[in-house]
This record gives sequence, structure tokens and C-alpha cells, in this order.
Amino acid sequence: MQIGAYSFGDTPLNDDGAPRSTAEAIRNLHEAIVHSDAVGLDYFAIGEHHTVSMPASSPGTVIAAAAAATKRIVLGSGASIIGTDDPVRVFQQFAIADAVSGGGRVEITAGRGSSVETFPLFGYDLRDYDDLYAQKLDLLMTINESTTEGVTWAGTVRPTLDDLAVVPRPVHGKLPIWLATGGNASSSVRAGRLGLPIAYGIIGGEPHRFAPLADLYRRSAAQAGHTGDDVKVSVGALGLIAPTKKEAMERFYPGWHNLNVEMGRLRGWAPPQRRAFEAQAQPGGAFYVGDPDEIAGRIVHLQQHMGHMRHFLQMDIGGLPQEHFLESLTLLATEVAPRVERLLA
Amino acid sequence: MDRIGILGAGRVGTAIARSAIAAGYDVAIAASGAAADIELLVEVVAPGAKAMSASDAAAHGEVVVVAVPLHKFRSIPPTLLDGKVVVDTMNHWEPTDGHLDDVAGSPQGSSSIVQEHFAGARVVKTLNHIGYHFLEVDARAEGHPERRALGIAGDDEQAVQTVAEMIDRLGFDPVVTGALHTGTAFQPGTPIFGGHHDADALGAEAARHLDTTSLTGATRA
Repeated sequence: MQIGAYSFGDTPLNDDGAPRSTAEAIRNLHEAIVHSDAVGLDYFAIGEHHTVSMPASSPGTVIAAAAAATKRIVLGSGASIIGTDDPVRVFQQFAIADAVSGGGRVEITAGRGSSVETFPLFGYDLRDYDDLYAQKLDLLMTINESTTEGVTWAGTVRPTLDDLAVVPRPVHGKLPIWLATGGNASSSVRAGRLGLPIAYGIIGGEPHRFAPLADLYRRSAAQAGHTGDDVKVSVGALGLIAPTKKEAMERFYPGWHNLNVEMGRLRGWAPPQRRAFEAQAQPGGAFYVGDPDEIAGRIVHLQQHMGHMRHFLQMDIGGLPQEHFLESLTLLATEVAPRVERLLA
Repeated sequence: MDRIGILGAGRVGTAIARSAIAAGYDVAIAASGAAADIELLVEVVAPGAKAMSASDAAAHGEVVVVAVPLHKFRSIPPTLLDGKVVVDTMNHWEPTDGHLDDVAGSPQGSSSIVQEHFAGARVVKTLNHIGYHFLEVDARAEGHPERRALGIAGDDEQAVQTVAEMIDRLGFDPVVTGALHTGTAFQPGTPIFGGHHDADALGAEAARHLDTTSLTGATRA
């Protein structure tokens, strides 16, 4: 199983809680990816967000920079919000990153993300969401599947392409394209029907309850005649690794609290309760916060339900200090991953 | 009441279907298209429920649950739900709905707009303020000391009673706050919304909210 991390960028905070610069967030993110490669982590994803606290607005750009500074780690978006972007541009950015990486280390994950800043930002109507997503995913796949530089495509959400060159081509011909989903069953059906690998973003509840969705995905794929290596599942979740459970909880909680206060203000939730956090951080819960032994065991437990081939954690939220982030990445790669491998052997 | 029809096969609709099946109801569920489109989906994520078209699911249910994103409810023809008890589980979520002027401008809450649309139905607001994944996890037998409560608001007493019995059977203490507009006590932005409350606490929170707001939406200190 591959073990990895994902981030939306995390703007650091001063002691008084005031945000520092979004540029610093990007530099921290870059440092974290380079560090992850150095310690042997398998995968790092960047999820497109456009807020002051989560400023990784262009995953393709972050990935291209990281591709130049790393040797082995697989880099992907998590996710690229394709509905409000131009699939031609998204593909070009990732194909360039792929070339810079030496080839074969760059993937695109298409999704909507968990928020909708991009709609007003890029001038789209939320009511068009379904249509934008479906058509642009189709275009992205058309470009990817093309065996030549010339691409032909017609639809209504973007101008027609009549055998126009979309360059560069990926080093190995195609890029892996994943579909991201937050738990809506129809997304699992869509990914299965299209024969795309699927990434489940689990941010709450009990992760093993996503098992029927993975089953639905595999059965939809089989029903549509897809049987190859592309039918595979990955899981993204929240978490943090530290030498002890107690340290992990203490390090993760302030950032989680900050994030929930911010989200709560936006979406009308009451402020979160500490005991809700503690319950979710236990085995069976959604937060992979703990020491390497516990987290490895929980990943393996979930693997028995989901059959996933990659488990990746978002750790840097709500102003997590960079040193805790880097230590968590180190422990993930050097302590959690080998334990998972032993348990699955 | 034994038969429930659910309009919407997303996270909320399928979670309600699972809970209803577990409680022994005869459940039909529909998305916007043909039954065949969601047959596999329903089989896997809400086993025991029957995939139907929207009109068939509405006809099937003695109670019809509307669990689509709020900005899509107008796509359901009002006549489909004439004479039905309709459960409105919807919230105005700006992240998914965008800013809906008529809802945002309604001091009586989103459900009043829904009731206006489904003029021939008796709309009851409930199931909107519990995270979908908690529906199964938090369900408890009647009398359990940790039983969680859900708010219920509706203009028609009989419809409210029917829905209260359903909520009870799904594993939650029903707390009727009053007429449909009192559902503002448990919409997004209120302490009840997204929280966990037992019957006493929810009742107290609702009373607090309703005491301090008037129909014009102004708060009195």
C-alpha cells in the first residue's frame, strides 16, 4: 500500500492567532513536499483552494515546482476543481510537470473540492455545476486519451476543439486521472462507469462506512466492462502522527478547532466540541491522529473494508506549526509505512 | 404509516433510506432520472429500498421525504406531492446552493418557501439538522438515556403527528417546536443545528430562539 499526504496549503499563524502571509504557506508546502520525498513518502497531493487560510490555488504550479525538486515521490492534485477551470490548461500544466518530473510521477485528480470559492472567482453559476463538471471531465479524458497532439472535442461549456494541438504530451503518453468523491454514491457510479480510479475523501463519520461505496464503484466498473489496473481505490483522510498519542492529539487539536470555527461561521454550524474531536480520533473514527503503531493498525483495518491501495493524510490545517508537520511526515514515511507493509504481508 | 418515498438519492436521501429500512419501513427512493439509473446504487448503499422514478416514489409513500439540494427542489412538479405529508430535510447551504434570494429573504425560513411551492402538500420540517452519517450512529431505542432529539415544525397538526411518530421510530425523540415557521429554531446558524441535544435541551434551545425572534426576523435583546 502507498502511504502519502495531502494539503490545501496552510497559512501559518502568529502567537496571537493572526494569519501570516499566504506566500509563506506556499513556501512551507513546497518544503514539506521536498521533505516528504527525502524521507521516502510515496505520494503527495495538493488540493485546489482559494482562501486566505488555504491558499494552494494552483495545484499544477505547486506540482511542477515540486517535480523539479524531488526524485521519487508521486505528485497529484487532490483535487483539481475542473468545473471552473479550462481542462486544456489543467492538462497542459500537469503534462509540463510530468515532463519536469522525468515522466510517470504526476497524476490529476478531478473533483469539486469541498467549497465553491471558484464559482464567483472565475465567473461561473453554481446552478451549472453538474453540467460543467460532466463536460469538462469528458474533455479532460478526451485530451488524455488522445494518441496525437491534435485534439477534437465539442460541447457547450467551452469552445470546440477541431484537431488543435494540446501540448506537451505526457512522457508516457497518458497521465493517471482520478476522480475524487466525498461520499455521494452517484460519484462512485460515475467513476466506475468511466473506468477511472477513485479517491474517497473521508473527513468525518466512520471510514469503514464508505465500504459500500467502494463496492458500488467496483460493481459499476465491472458492469461497464472495466476490469484493468485502473479500477482501484485510494483514501484521503485527516490525521497527524507524533511519537505518542497524547502529543499527536495536542498538536492536531488547535488547528482542527480553528478550521471548524472558520467553517462553522461560513456554514452555520455551532462551534465544535472537544469530545467530538476525541471520539473521532479513536480507532474506528475518521481522524488518524496518534502514534505510528495505532495509525498503522487503523490503516490496515480500513484496508480490509475498502481494499484501497493508497492511504494519504491531511495534517496541516488551521495553522499547524511547520515543525509538527515535518515530523509527522517523517514518522508517516519511516514508521507508519513499514508497519503497514509488515501487517499486510 | 408504513411506506416512505424518498426524493433524492444523494448522501442524505440514502442515509434516510437506510435508517427507514432498519426501522422496518417499506421504502422507495428516486433520483431525477429513471429507476434503472440508480438500481445498482440503491442495491449497494440502501439495500432493501426500491429504486423508482420520482413520480412512482412519490405515489408509493404515505410520507414523502424531499432530500435534494435546496436549489433543485423547484424541479419537482408541485402536483406530484398534492395531498401528501412531505418531510422537508433541506437547508440553504450557500456552498452548494449559492445565494438564493427568496430563501435568504424569508424570515420564516427555507421551509416556508418549500411549502409555497408544494401548495397542495402538508410540509413538515425535520431531519435537516443532523449530519447524515449520524442518522444510523445516533439512533437509540425509546427510553434510552442518551437518546438524541430532532426538531419538528409544521402547520398541519396531523401531519406533524405522523412525522413525529416516524422520527421516534427512526430512533430519535421528536420535539415539536410549533408551526412551520418555528423551524427557524433549528436551521443553519442556530445552536441546535449541527449540535447534539436531548429532548429537554433541544426544547429549551428552541424556546430561547423563538422567544427572542419575531416574525420580522428582528431579535429582541
